[in-house]
Amino acid sequence: MSDAHHDHKPTGIGRWLFSTNHKDIGTMYLWFSLTMLFVGGTMALIIRAELFQPGLQIVEPEFFNQMTTLHGLIMVFGVIMPAFVGLANWQVPMMIGAPDMALPRMNNWSFWLLPTAFSMLVASLIMSIMGMGSAPNFGWTFYAPLSTTFAPASTDYFIFSVHLLGISSVMGALNIIATIMNMRAPGMTYMKMPIFVWTWFITAYLLIAVMPVLAAAVTMMLTDRNFGTSFFSAAGGGDPLLFQHVFWFFGHPEVYIMILPAFGVVSQIIPTFARKKLFGYTSMVYATASIAFLSFIVWAHHMVTTGMPVAAELFFMYATMLIAIPTGVKVFNWVSTMWRGSLTFETPMLFAIAFVVLFTIGGFTGLMLAIAPADFQYQDTYFVVAHFHYVLVTGSLFTIMAAVYYWIPKWTGNMYDEKLGKVHFWLTCISANVLFFPMHFVGLAGMPRRIPDYSIQFTEFNQMASIGAFVFGFSQLLFLYIVIKAIKGGNKATTEVWEGAEGLEFTLPSPAPFHSFTTPPQVK
Amino acid sequence: MSAIIRYAGCLCLMLASSPLFAAYQLDMSPGVTSFSQGAYEIHQYVMWICVAIGVVVFGAMAYSIIFHRKSKGAVAAKFDDNVTVEILWTIIPIFILVSMAIPATNVLLEMEDTSKSDMSIKVTGYQWKWHYEYLDEDISFFSNISTPEAASLATNASVPKDENYLMEVDNRVVIPANKKVRFLFTSNDVIHAWWIPAFGVKKDALPGFINEAWARVAEPGVYRGKCAELCGMNHGFMPIVVEVKSEADYAAWVGEQKAAKSALAASATKTWTMAELMKHGEKVYTTNCVACHQVSGEGIPAAGFPALKGGAIATGDAAKHIDIVLKGSPGTAMQAFGAQLNDADLAALITYERNAWGNNTGDTVQPSDIKSAR
Ligand code: HEC
Ligand SMILES: [Cu+2]
Repeated sequence: MSDAHHDHKPTGIGRWLFSTNHKDIGTMYLWFSLTMLFVGGTMALIIRAELFQPGLQIVEPEFFNQMTTLHGLIMVFGVIMPAFVGLANWQVPMMIGAPDMALPRMNNWSFWLLPTAFSMLVASLIMSIMGMGSAPNFGWTFYAPLSTTFAPASTDYFIFSVHLLGISSVMGALNIIATIMNMRAPGMTYMKMPIFVWTWFITAYLLIAVMPVLAAAVTMMLTDRNFGTSFFSAAGGGDPLLFQHVFWFFGHPEVYIMILPAFGVVSQIIPTFARKKLFGYTSMVYATASIAFLSFIVWAHHMVTTGMPVAAELFFMYATMLIAIPTGVKVFNWVSTMWRGSLTFETPMLFAIAFVVLFTIGGFTGLMLAIAPADFQYQDTYFVVAHFHYVLVTGSLFTIMAAVYYWIPKWTGNMYDEKLGKVHFWLTCISANVLFFPMHFVGLAGMPRRIPDYSIQFTEFNQMASIGAFVFGFSQLLFLYIVIKAIKGGNKATTEVWEGAEGLEFTLPSPAPFHSFTTPPQVK
Repeated sequence: MSAIIRYAGCLCLMLASSPLFAAYQLDMSPGVTSFSQGAYEIHQYVMWICVAIGVVVFGAMAYSIIFHRKSKGAVAAKFDDNVTVEILWTIIPIFILVSMAIPATNVLLEMEDTSKSDMSIKVTGYQWKWHYEYLDEDISFFSNISTPEAASLATNASVPKDENYLMEVDNRVVIPANKKVRFLFTSNDVIHAWWIPAFGVKKDALPGFINEAWARVAEPGVYRGKCAELCGMNHGFMPIVVEVKSEADYAAWVGEQKAAKSALAASATKTWTMAELMKHGEKVYTTNCVACHQVSGEGIPAAGFPALKGGAIATGDAAKHIDIVLKGSPGTAMQAFGAQLNDADLAALITYERNAWGNNTGDTVQPSDIKSAR
């Protein structure tokens, strides 16, 4: 790699503001995501502190609703999605043997829209704390008419901010598709692409398909609120359920947008530390594609209690149950990859194994939720909260951390502190379960979600969850420390980094040169 | 590996739950209707199948983690696919899913069959209370949380936290045992959801639309639930209490309701004293207004709920005051209470607001004033 010697990195703040480099932009995405993790996490801790015991102790119900709303929006749009885009930025060019992303200027733009959008959202919270009106308080699912006729003035900020996020995601997705289609190294056919690249390829299509639908939903809200239309108001001939159909037509693929890249990460990590090729590569690709397809025809399983015709309830139940099949294939493939391997347990592998177990638990509760007659009981309770935190925290977030540990030696040239990494893993993994497992119990026992206060029979499990939450939250400061420490120095990483690592990124020196591959490698 | 140990631990916890956790409910309740029991059974079935699959999958993982570790000298095998097992683990799940879908379909069909009901009750969600209207009798009433003080940080501490904390209302819905009761749901403002876990009934109350559900309960008793759809600030404070009475007791209850109604009509024509108005007014205010305007009358200005203490309208022209309470303020959370409260309640309420918290206007408003203002 002759190029490594003459990297011309721009300097100063301009390096970041005007960056068109996939690595710098990836870095910004990842730091943004980590920052928002602490912001959204603080909100979660306020929620858990309030719920530590029955009665109101810390916040008014009105502020509590702002917390649940912003916590959800920030974690979904500000943490999980940007983190995966950051990983794609760093890794996709390196994994397909390209010098950079296909559309570098657009890349810059899609990043910088994010802080803009979130400043606006957080500004409404700051105004609320200063006593000027309320921040969005209708839940991250913002059902009309609570989010239209009955919403605070700050909702228009929220709408604008969602529009910006949508534009950012669509541009990011276009860029990833263009990169993957056009910039693969000679010899890298589609069926030779690393699974992480495959999962992102499919995810990018999902993004392009559904972000405009979200944009449509918030645009209808905007005109209902300000220009006298009645899309969601029965009094004017509209239908509040239209909102839910549109929202979940976006929302269900959205949850796969947040999990497919996670599947990709795990499919890279497990073979490395099992020193064995991924089991069933082809079926992994097809399973991912079928999950993506099914994600478009199951949206109304979020709506069983809305009074749909029974035929529709049956259809959505059957379609949802089908998702268990490709998801099962994936889990079986990971387990078979580990089977008769030669396993070691560095931090990325620990997170990946925890992912397989805990994501599967989230998948089990997902199957339970699919069963419509039982879902009448689960719907809108803590059982649902437990389910989606298993798939999003111990699912998506765990793989993001796994990915950071796995690739940070390649990014910085330094190994992270393995001992601290393991401590971080155990703290995180145990506390996440103390936090989320009891939520299954209170949910089944009848505790609704999004309530600031509860009846005394739910006390013990809520206390467990709150304790878990605080340990979980503060453990992430250790993660921050480990990352900074690895950036500052540490044992030098080799080119291959991990003994069992395969893939083009592990043929580049560590740290990887600024312009990844300037001469395309030949893939056999 | 420890992830698996932990999972096993949780399972043991669930299994051992009865002696250990006798006081807490860990699982869904089977409930008292035929379909709530059906839902419970299928919930159990699916959960235990999942546990069984989990044991196999996590067992296989645990086995490789223990026996296929590099530190024990394991050498990686070379295989990376096997068409036979891949086909098997695609086909077998299909059969398992079908075995779940069949009972699920049956329960669902039963649940959604509201035909041939014996009586109907229309349930309307309001921010933040429920209104019940017995379509076959001339009975209708609001049902509010009986401890509205619980909904505010300032007054929450004064509320005793007993076993029915947040789960008691002023007026319970009463239904007869062994009758198929059809519920019709709608809403006056945002979406709410009416949920009684023991009935297995949860249905959204949508503004402008009607949803249906039904229940037939054999055992007289008291069944409690809550609003399940986020409906704004006091979403956590709109409980539901259904009292199932034997047929004879139910008939007696209907009689009482009708008698109370005629008594009310009489009270609307008499002239009330200031003390009577204030006493009754405080009660009506606490039930209907504190959620927004607070016990102290100071409101929550930041959330858009104005103070009535020293407020321009509450200390100004009485006619304007009557007007906003009767007709509400369109496009805000201030509802038209004229449709919800009777003349006597409104008169007492407005008198109370004009004289409480140092407003001391000295005005009294009589039911007849309300009648002529309507
Ligand atoms: C769901 C919240 C809510 C409830 C419950 C509520 N109000 Fe209001 N109230 C409001 C809002 C919001 C306004 C401001 C309306 C506007 O800006 O036009 C208001 C305004 C008023 C005003 C005018 C105050 C002023 O000085 O401008 C009066 C009087 C009033 N309410 C009385 C009542 C009474 C009496 C009740 C109980 C029967 C009640 N409100 C219950 C939300 C509520
Ligand atoms: Cu409600």
